[in-house]
Amino acid sequence: MELTRENVAKIARLSRLSLSDEELDRFTEQLGEILDYVQLLNEVDTSGVEPMAHAGDLTNVFREDEPHPSLPRDQAFANAPKSDGKYFLVPPILETGE
Amino acid sequence: MSLAELTVTELIDRLVNGTTTNVEIVKAVLERIREVEGAVNAFITVRPEDELLAEAKAYDDKRQAGEAIGPLQGLPIAIKDSICTKGLLTTAASKMLGEFVPPFDATVIARIRQADGILLGKTNTDEFSMGSTTENSAFGVTRNPRNLDYVPGGSSGGSAAAVAAGEAPIALGADTGGSVRQPAAYCGIVGLKPTYGRISRFGLIAYASSLDQIGVCSRDVADAFLMLSVIAGHDPHDSTSLGTPVPTFPKKADSASLRVGVPDEYFGAGLDDEVRAAIQRTLDLMKGQGHTVVPISLPNSKYSLPTYYIIATAEASSNLARYDGVQYGHRTSQPGGLIDMVTNSRTEAFGDEVKRRIMLGNYVLSGGYHDQYYLKACKVRRLIADDFSRAFEQCDVIVHPIAPSAAFRLGEKTGDPLTMYLTDIYSVTANLAGLPALTLPCGTTKDGLPIGVQVVAATEQEETLCRASLAIEKLLREE
Repeated sequence: MELTRENVAKIARLSRLSLSDEELDRFTEQLGEILDYVQLLNEVDTSGVEPMAHAGDLTNVFREDEPHPSLPRDQAFANAPKSDGKYFLVPPILETGE
Repeated sequence: MSLAELTVTELIDRLVNGTTTNVEIVKAVLERIREVEGAVNAFITVRPEDELLAEAKAYDDKRQAGEAIGPLQGLPIAIKDSICTKGLLTTAASKMLGEFVPPFDATVIARIRQADGILLGKTNTDEFSMGSTTENSAFGVTRNPRNLDYVPGGSSGGSAAAVAAGEAPIALGADTGGSVRQPAAYCGIVGLKPTYGRISRFGLIAYASSLDQIGVCSRDVADAFLMLSVIAGHDPHDSTSLGTPVPTFPKKADSASLRVGVPDEYFGAGLDDEVRAAIQRTLDLMKGQGHTVVPISLPNSKYSLPTYYIIATAEASSNLARYDGVQYGHRTSQPGGLIDMVTNSRTEAFGDEVKRRIMLGNYVLSGGYHDQYYLKACKVRRLIADDFSRAFEQCDVIVHPIAPSAAFRLGEKTGDPLTMYLTDIYSVTANLAGLPALTLPCGTTKDGLPIGVQVVAATEQEETLCRASLAIEKLLREE
């Protein structure tokens, strides 16, 4: 299976990254090489093997549903690129085309 | 010997018996930073001298007054810049977080403060810990203090270089696929990555959450475990942190004999001859001391690297989706709607390696490829972990190289991501299986570059890891 320029352009868009033509060429080649290399896993027989998503045994952790102190508003906004002190401000979600 | 070259244990002895002061230690470290930092570039941020000296003096005054001081005794500690420090710039070496000042402390930082450590500064890393040489930093490359033409390893290259250069007595790093152990080996110091979950990840900027583990760069084995005993333990803020008690670690080598597993698969083609000889010599010394060397097999190890790069990038693509320019981090100044804002912010602020891994991760998780790549890798991960479980029925620790070679020249592998990934081939298994592992220096190449040997123990067996590492360290010193 060949990784195409179109595949990479689509993945870049889904990743919210914009690539120049030169970058698209370069990343297609590099990602293609990496994907070729990881095909090595195809030779492993994994039938009946339980996937391992995590090291160690995870168990669900519960706690009492009690209020705890949270970050004060001024600190929560301290790193915001744009805010009015009450909300994080972003550009319009629906483009008006004005 | 300068105070800047002593171990934490030696410094604490001198503080307690009154032959030095915290102020003298901080001055010695800052003096060393002034001397070498221009060439090494281990730090992104060093805290202001007046603040550091004031904190040091406060500890001297406390000691003078006979007040109790915590186990870190007011010593300066360097912190990888992917660990959040309240009120202190934390960038993960990315333009994305170039101005990010965390409003909270990572749990490890809170514990260091509580144990009376002084935060010295924040060390350089590959951007979001994605790299093996610290060349992928938005704040310039770090150089190996043993030879400035060589890479320090990565991603915790700044922490390893700082400790090796005398710019900090000890440092915290983080290890996702070898990122503490490999730079420690390249710089000729000790690197410890404990069992997954032994140390809280709360406040560690996430790269691959099922693999990430905070670790320690130090000048000797005892120091690494001293720091581990301060920062380890369950944390309600990290539900993946272990609930079991932290063991007590021995401080000196004992004479108990160990069964040392040696996996054939880690000594095959691609391993540098000088590294092979240094590890073999270490094993011979152990045999001479009465330890038993047991040949073992980890047959799925050759699949560890593709498994790692699929799982790590899949998790990274999710973890880095949070950087959207809304609540914190870089926001573009280009005009446009919300989607444009997010896309342009990410495009402007992420470096190439981060972009590659996000795209690779999104690809292996995407519809039609999820089972073929991600699920397959999770299954192979199980086989790799099972190999280790079987091996530890026959041995107490496993000993093998940490990397196929010693440090290489700056720029040598930057053009070819896959070749760079291959340097992680011996280090990623401990992360995939969640095992505690440590590297310590076991020789030098004819070019004078350090060689590291890796010791791996069964899950949660850090006490065994400590005993074995102390024994090997003693043998190599006495030789």
